Amino acid sequence: MSHVVIRAENVSKRYRLGAIGTGSLVSEWNRYWARKKGKEDPFSKIKVGGHVKPAEVADINEFWALRDVSFDIKSGEAIGIIGKNGAGKSTLLKILSRVTLPTSGSIKVRGRIASLLEVGTGFHPDLSGRENIFLNGAILGMTKNEIVRKFDEIVDFSGVERFIDTPVKRYSSGMYVRLAFAVAAHLDPEILIVDEVLAVGDADFQKKCLGKMGEVAGQGRTVLFVSHQLAAVRALCNRAIVMEKGTMKFTGDIEKGIEKYLENKGQIGAGLSIADRKRDSNLSLIAKIIDFRIITPDGVNPEFLDATMPFQAVFTIQSYEEGARVGTQFIIADDIQNLVLIDSGSVHGKIYKLPMGVSEVSCVVAPTFLAKGDYHIDLVLQLHNQEGIDRVTEAYRFTVPYMDPYKSGYNIDKNHRIGLFHVDHQWDDAMHLGSI
Amino acid sequence: MTNADSSIAARETEAAEKWDIEIKPNPSWFNIPFKEIWSYRDLLRMFVRRDFVAVYKQTVLGPLWFVLQPVLTTVIFMFVFGRVAHIPTDGIPSALFYMAGLTLWTFFSTCFTKGGATFTLNASLFGKVYFPRLISPLGTLLINLLNFGIQFGVFLVMLVWYVVMGKITLHFNAFTLMLPVILFLTGALGLGLGLIVSSLTTRFRDLIYVATFAIQLLMYASPVIYSLKFLKDGSFSKQVIVLNPVSYLLESFRIGIFDVGMVNWGYFAYSSICSLAILFVGVIMFNKSEKTFMDVI
Repeated sequence: MSHVVIRAENVSKRYRLGAIGTGSLVSEWNRYWARKKGKEDPFSKIKVGGHVKPAEVADINEFWALRDVSFDIKSGEAIGIIGKNGAGKSTLLKILSRVTLPTSGSIKVRGRIASLLEVGTGFHPDLSGRENIFLNGAILGMTKNEIVRKFDEIVDFSGVERFIDTPVKRYSSGMYVRLAFAVAAHLDPEILIVDEVLAVGDADFQKKCLGKMGEVAGQGRTVLFVSHQLAAVRALCNRAIVMEKGTMKFTGDIEKGIEKYLENKGQIGAGLSIADRKRDSNLSLIAKIIDFRIITPDGVNPEFLDATMPFQAVFTIQSYEEGARVGTQFIIADDIQNLVLIDSGSVHGKIYKLPMGVSEVSCVVAPTFLAKGDYHIDLVLQLHNQEGIDRVTEAYRFTVPYMDPYKSGYNIDKNHRIGLFHVDHQWDDAMHLGSI
Repeated sequence: MTNADSSIAARETEAAEKWDIEIKPNPSWFNIPFKEIWSYRDLLRMFVRRDFVAVYKQTVLGPLWFVLQPVLTTVIFMFVFGRVAHIPTDGIPSALFYMAGLTLWTFFSTCFTKGGATFTLNASLFGKVYFPRLISPLGTLLINLLNFGIQFGVFLVMLVWYVVMGKITLHFNAFTLMLPVILFLTGALGLGLGLIVSSLTTRFRDLIYVATFAIQLLMYASPVIYSLKFLKDGSFSKQVIVLNPVSYLLESFRIGIFDVGMVNWGYFAYSSICSLAILFVGVIMFNKSEKTFMDVI
């Protein structure tokens, strides 16, 4: 029978911005003096300007990383915690891992927690792999006997047995991560907390780690997993906690959770059609983009795009002038704002002369071979002299779930730093040029 | 609801009452997790091992440094304080006299400075994983105790050599039996002060520099290279020096070994009480500041 293993009740966490210790006695004294005289705190990071009452300053300097978060987690559940950066995921994990305390509320836990907020915490570069397994294991809460018992298994899982007596500072980053995860994976805790740490290993190792975590969850133990890789979350977790601005926005079925997350991720335009979004005030808006859609062989406006297939991009443009001459442009960038490509109609000498009213402009885009990852499309309208008249950022979001152009089973992922897209290439057979 | 249902529900609520860990804001001052520290004893052992093994990795002389440091310092002291400044060593060969004082002083001062740097040295570790934080300063204490053991071993070898050569005869006394207690009190005092400093460094980084500088000065205000016996009774310097709780620990340590110096059980009681009180305050302050440390540093 599954029972509650984690119960969070109204957990809140407040950070003080700038109002933290200033770091030296002299400045602390200055600050005390200033406060006593009712002046503005000279060390508050957010400058408020003029004379402000201390109470107000305190308010502005407060930041609630978590606010009234409550949930129950049962044994055997695999929970994916998803949310944008700054939504409070890491703070929540820190409190659960007992690295910091909540400002109010409480969390009750049954069983041993092992948390992996970082890979290789406490590894000492001068010590060998073997010594670090014992050190790291002890830091994570294992006893010596436990480590001895699992030592071979750990080494085997890490795949670094040849270098086990080499100082870890000579390891490649991949080996380092593999060894570190191997230790953590063999903790056998009742509750395993994993923060975005898998992003570092290679694809094979990631798969292995996810497999191991799935195994842990399958044994009736509990896994909490934070990741931006929705595919991994979806594969591993059966329940989602969606965080937004420090509060829990949703909890429940993983598919619904991901849906909720994507919905509020596109928040700039959530609920707002492209036409209704706020525009930059210096745009002339002679003509305006009122809709945009992507058509693929699979359907209209897919969330997941098969980048080995062509697609059609359709702009719907409202012109407020008769015969406005506009160029269209769309820009693909990834989730960390790497520009992937700009395709501008004016490159082709394509300037549209639009009648007053609504028109549609469409464009067929050849397969992009984008690597696995999250992307968005920005749209721009400009005059023939390149002056921008409309711009919609993040008008469209999509995910490339898989990029395996040769069906070799290797998923090209942009998070592995192997490029943003793939270019077709064919390797020839080796040609023998004679023996030396 | 049937009977079976209600009994299941009752069992569930009963089970729900038993939590292993409760994470709450601001626990009380006296909430020292002794049981947990005990369960993490393997980590304590690993920390000691790490610090002992890693310090002299990639050095030519390796662990020999543990021995060389006190010997070389003693030689320098013999020259500066013995030959140049002519500070009397109460009939004890100056090498032995200085080395005895230095060994205990080094134990005290490293407990203090390393203990004081607990938070700054472990910031990245403390930020990522939980374990009872007191393990870190306890590890510092043990590694210093180990170093003390090695240095004291070297000292004993020298002492035996001097005895065999007939340059000194040993007389045992009450303080000889107290030597382990003196050692314990010195560690308690050093660590206690270190813990107080480390708790304050979370707010005031300056204190680390103040502490390392202060400990250098404090050595001259403690009977490391001289004996309390040679300070004039009632003089200002003597009054100040005996106020320093480590002073009589050093003096009594030498009395226990050489049977020379100023015997005064009142001072010993004063030093003992101070050391234990400071350790107590240090542990409590550390335990309190440890909870909020991550949000501050």
